This record gives sequence, C-alpha cells and structure tokens, in this order.
Amino acid sequence: MIKIGKYIEHFINWLTLHFGPFFKSVKHIVEAMVNAVQWVLGIMPWYVLILLLAIFAWRRAGWSAGVFTLLGLGLIYGMGYWPQTMETLALILVSACIALLIGIPFGIWAARNNMVGKILRPILDFMQTMPAFVYLIPAVLFFGLGKVPGVFATIIFAMPPAVRLTTLGIQQVPKDIVEATRSFGATSTQLLLKVELPLAMPTILAGVNQTIMMALSMVVIAAMIAAGGLGEIVLKGITQLKIGVGFEGGIAVVILAIILDRITQSFGKKRMKKTSN
Amino acid sequence: MIPKLKIENITLIFGRDREKALNMLHEGASKAEILAETGCTVGVKEASFDIQPGEFFVIMGLSGSGKSSLLRCLNRLIEPTSGNIFLNDTNITTLNDKELQQIRRKEISMVFQQFGLLPHRTVMENVAFGLELQGVPVAERNEKAAKVIELVGLKGYEQQLPSGLSGGMQQRVGLARALANDPEVLLMDEAFSALDPLIRTQMQDELMDLQEKMHKTIVFITHDLDEAIRLGDRIAIMKDGEVIQVGTPEEILTTPATEYVSSFVEKVDRKAVITASSLMDTKPVTAIFRKDGPEGSLRKMRSTGLNILPAVTIDKHFLGFVYLHEVLEVKRRGDKTIEAVIHREVPVAYPDTTVEQMLPFIAETDKPVAVVHPETNKLLGLISQTALIIETTGSQTL
Repeated sequence: MIKIGKYIEHFINWLTLHFGPFFKSVKHIVEAMVNAVQWVLGIMPWYVLILLLAIFAWRRAGWSAGVFTLLGLGLIYGMGYWPQTMETLALILVSACIALLIGIPFGIWAARNNMVGKILRPILDFMQTMPAFVYLIPAVLFFGLGKVPGVFATIIFAMPPAVRLTTLGIQQVPKDIVEATRSFGATSTQLLLKVELPLAMPTILAGVNQTIMMALSMVVIAAMIAAGGLGEIVLKGITQLKIGVGFEGGIAVVILAIILDRITQSFGKKRMKKTSN
Repeated sequence: MIPKLKIENITLIFGRDREKALNMLHEGASKAEILAETGCTVGVKEASFDIQPGEFFVIMGLSGSGKSSLLRCLNRLIEPTSGNIFLNDTNITTLNDKELQQIRRKEISMVFQQFGLLPHRTVMENVAFGLELQGVPVAERNEKAAKVIELVGLKGYEQQLPSGLSGGMQQRVGLARALANDPEVLLMDEAFSALDPLIRTQMQDELMDLQEKMHKTIVFITHDLDEAIRLGDRIAIMKDGEVIQVGTPEEILTTPATEYVSSFVEKVDRKAVITASSLMDTKPVTAIFRKDGPEGSLRKMRSTGLNILPAVTIDKHFLGFVYLHEVLEVKRRGDKTIEAVIHREVPVAYPDTTVEQMLPFIAETDKPVAVVHPETNKLLGLISQTALIIETTGSQTL
C-alpha cells in the first residue's frame, strides 16, 4: 500500500513546526484586513449602505440590478441576517483580493512563458478539483480556527479562474497586433501594459467575476472551521435539522451572489463594448 | 552609392536541428533532403541583394515562397539563421535587444497585411503609438501624428476607433503609424492584399504619390505580379525560399531569368501594365509657338526627318500638331506664325495612361500620341505610332 496520506501529514506537521512564526504573522495580517473591511462596512447605518450599493448596482448594471439590490438586501436585513452578511462580504472581499493579487500575475507569467504554463496547469487542476473540505484541515493546523483559515482555503479554491482567464486573455490577443507592437520597438513591459493587458481585460474581468463567485461558495463551507458569517447559519440549519433556518441562510447567500455577479460582470461588459465598437 | 539595406546570404531555417540543416545546405543538399534528414524546413535560402536609398523595392512570390519571412528578418521579428543584414553601416543581425529596439523605433517601420491596429485606441492614439513607445511627450507626438494623419488623408477621423473604419481607411492608419516615426525604411507586408481591388489600386496610387514626396526606402511584399510591376522600381522574385531574379519591372517582363518567371510574366497583361510614361520619348523635337515660325518649324522637320511636329508654347504647354504640307502652305502665303495650322483637336495621354487605354488612338489617326501632365497640360513626351503598334501587337513575338 502506498500511503501518500502519511507523507502529506508529515509534511504539514513539519511546516507547522518550522514555520509557526510565519503563519502567526500571516494570521495577524489577514485578520487585521478582514476586520478593517468589516469595520468600513459597519461605519454607516445599514440603510445607507443598502442605498449606496443599490445606486452603485443601478449605475453599473441597470435599473433591474439596482432594484434587486435594494429589495434583496432589505430582505436580508428583515430576516435578521445583516451582521452575518457583512461578515461574509468582508471575507469574500479580502479573499478575492488576495486571490487576484496572486492569481493575475501568475496568469501573466504563464501566458508569456510556456514552461510556467505547463507547470501551473496541473497545480491549478489540483486546486480546483480537490474537494474543498480537504483544504480546511491543513488550514486549521496552520492558522487555528476562525476567519483566517477560512480566507486561506477560499484563496486556494478561488484563485484558479483568475490565473486561467488571465492566461487565456493574453494568449487570445491577436498575433498580428503583438507583432506590430514589437515591430515598433516595444519593450516586453510596454507590450504587456499598453497592448496585452488592455486587450485581455474583458477576459481577465470575467476571471475576476468567477473568482468572486467561487470565493462566495467557499466562504459558506469555511463556516465549518468557525469562519462565521452566513455559512454559520446554513451550518446551523444542517446540524440542527432546522430546514427553515438553513433556507434563510441559503437565500441570503444567493442574494449576495447575484448582486456581486451583476456588478462585477458589468465591468467586463462595458470594456467589451468599448473595444468592439 | 552605398546601399541603404544590404542583404547578405540570409538563410532562415525553421526547426530544431538548425545547425545540421545549415551544414547540409552549405554542402548543396536540397530542401527535401534536409527536411527528410533533420525535420527542418528551409524558409529562406541564401538571399542576397542590395536596396538603394529611396528605392521602391518589391519582393514578389507566391505563398510559401519565404517572402514574408525574409521581410521579417530585416527588422528581426524573425531571427535569420545565418547571414548579415546591413542598414547603412550597421549590421542589424548582431545588435543587442536595446539597439534593435532603437532601430525599430527610429529607422525601420512596418505596415501589416491585417493592419495590426490597436482596437482600444483611437486613430490618433494608434498613429502616435510608435512615438509613445519612444517616450515622446503627448503634445509633441500628437502634433506629429496629426501631420501624418493629414498626409494619408485621414483628417477628421482622429477620434474614431479603427473598427469604425473601412479596410482601406484602416490601412491608412497603419501607414500613418509607420510614417509617424519618420523612419528611413518602410517594410510593407502585403499591405494592400486584404483590400478589395478598387481600393487597392487607389491605395497604390496614393502610396506612389507619397513616395514621390518622401523618398523613403520601401520594401514591399506582394504575391501579385501586377502590383509588383506597378509599384516597384526593382523587383525580387522568390520561389521556394530562393531569390531567383532581381531586376526592374521591364527587365523582369522582357528577360525573365527562368521558366518560372516567364510563366508568371505570360499571365501579365502588358497592355494593362505598360504605361505611356515608359513608352514615350521624353525629349521630342517640338515646334515652339511664337518662337518658331514656319521657317523654324520646317528646319526642325528637315533635321529630324519627321513630317509631323507637336506644337508647344514657350513653357511647354501642349497645343496640338503641325503637318509638313500645311506649314509649307503657310510659308508660301508669307505668314509669320504657324498659329493657323495647329491641329488642336487631338487626343492626349497622361503618364499613367496604359497602352490598353491608348488603343483607340491607333485606329483613329496617324499622328503620334502626346503625353501631357494631367493638370498643367505640359508636354512630357511623345509616343510614336510605331512604338504603340509594336507594343500592342508584337510584344509576345519580340
């Protein structure tokens, strides 16, 4: 019998043993970030925030999205899940931001270097298909219970689309445009910033949208390690067999998902329109 | 004259084992043998030719002949496997990345078949792109860009996105972008092949007009011999990666180097290619109205042995023809001028009038054909009936 599990266990233990201080400082930083975002979200009364978000959704994605945001968030408040929703939103924003900050540069690197692309591909497959619960265990070992391991697991789960769609977007830039740019004496940085990234932007933004959506689905699972938020309510519904509570939590998640989706998609669409006209 | 571009033994091999393929090539192996032995394809084989400053040089070949690859070697978008390319005194093949960038920014610009414009930028931003890469400040580069935009006839379209323009317009943007850097050398890769025939002819005309003003060194790639003949001062014909003939259009048409070239040339309709400007005698003897009276005209007729002379004003404006017997008549009457006997109602040709368009002139009259400037009506030259008849009927048998 081949006991891969044993080796991985040893490896994880070794990591926790030798990189303890490192994980500790990461934990503090991430915790501070989540708290900061949560603080900002809580700085104004709930109705002001709802109104602001509704106006934002209306400007970006049209009146139906605006109305939906207004009613949806109102419903969440009415159900009494406002604090949990804000907690979840803070987790998503922090995890998605970190995932994008790591994912997009890797995506660029993979697009420009075949070898990197080849190495990254199986790693991304692994990150995407490995059942999400499995990340939770080492996450807890590294960071203890709470929000930080939740963020960690979410980042791993949500990063692949950002990497993949960035790579795809850059590789789809027409060859003749790249060649023309080079023929005018562009450095590779100029090629990237002035041509490849702007032209890849709609695809990259689709990746951003996917990352946020996946972060949302993972944040719920992360409630199992006490990350808090809406996931906690869903989890309560499951563990205590309270069907109603479970659905209420679920509906709140769906509302949040739709709002985030419409807003992030609108960025990609706007750009697509601009380039195709 | 020192050539602007000197292409010396350029060989381009695609594949893994280029070293071995190159050695086999030097030993005289054929492309097929090299492919079988090493798996490498020979894109360009030992191409050598010089391009003079201000020359319009056309490289013509069918697809797969290696012409586009060869062109890309000139600014090293593709690295040649061996050989040297000199721009003035600089050996381009040995430059490092920084130096190469400078050459691409300042000396050699390129125009592409598929235009290669940036879809997210306006016409102005596209044209100023090369200058932007050089770090030229916005105001200055926009000023330069505005000038070339006007030059290529795109004034008023500065703020449009390329996708809103027709193919011909887009290629003007491509051309303007290449000219904005004020390069010495312009590389044009099938620049007009993606345009429909009418627009293509128009763009060819405009390019030739521009070239008359700019005197750039142009290397133009095409698969169309008619286009090559129309545009090129000289043409290099490529087949299977080899340059098989370099010469002026006329040399190519009259003395094709190989069977392959002549099979091409056969298909060219010379009547549609050869124009008045290449047939005309550019220093015809003329009767100059008011200066030459009947006496002077007759003296000129006697010395040339002609019985018809074109009549022009002092500053060479074409008036018509005078005939021997009528000048004699005038002289006998004692008139001082030839004004009364100038035949003014005669057809004229312009320099770019083709032989085909001049065909009606043969049937109608026994006079030579006067070639005049389309705007000023100045006499540029004269085509004798003999030259015209030989060109239209006898060219294949000569």
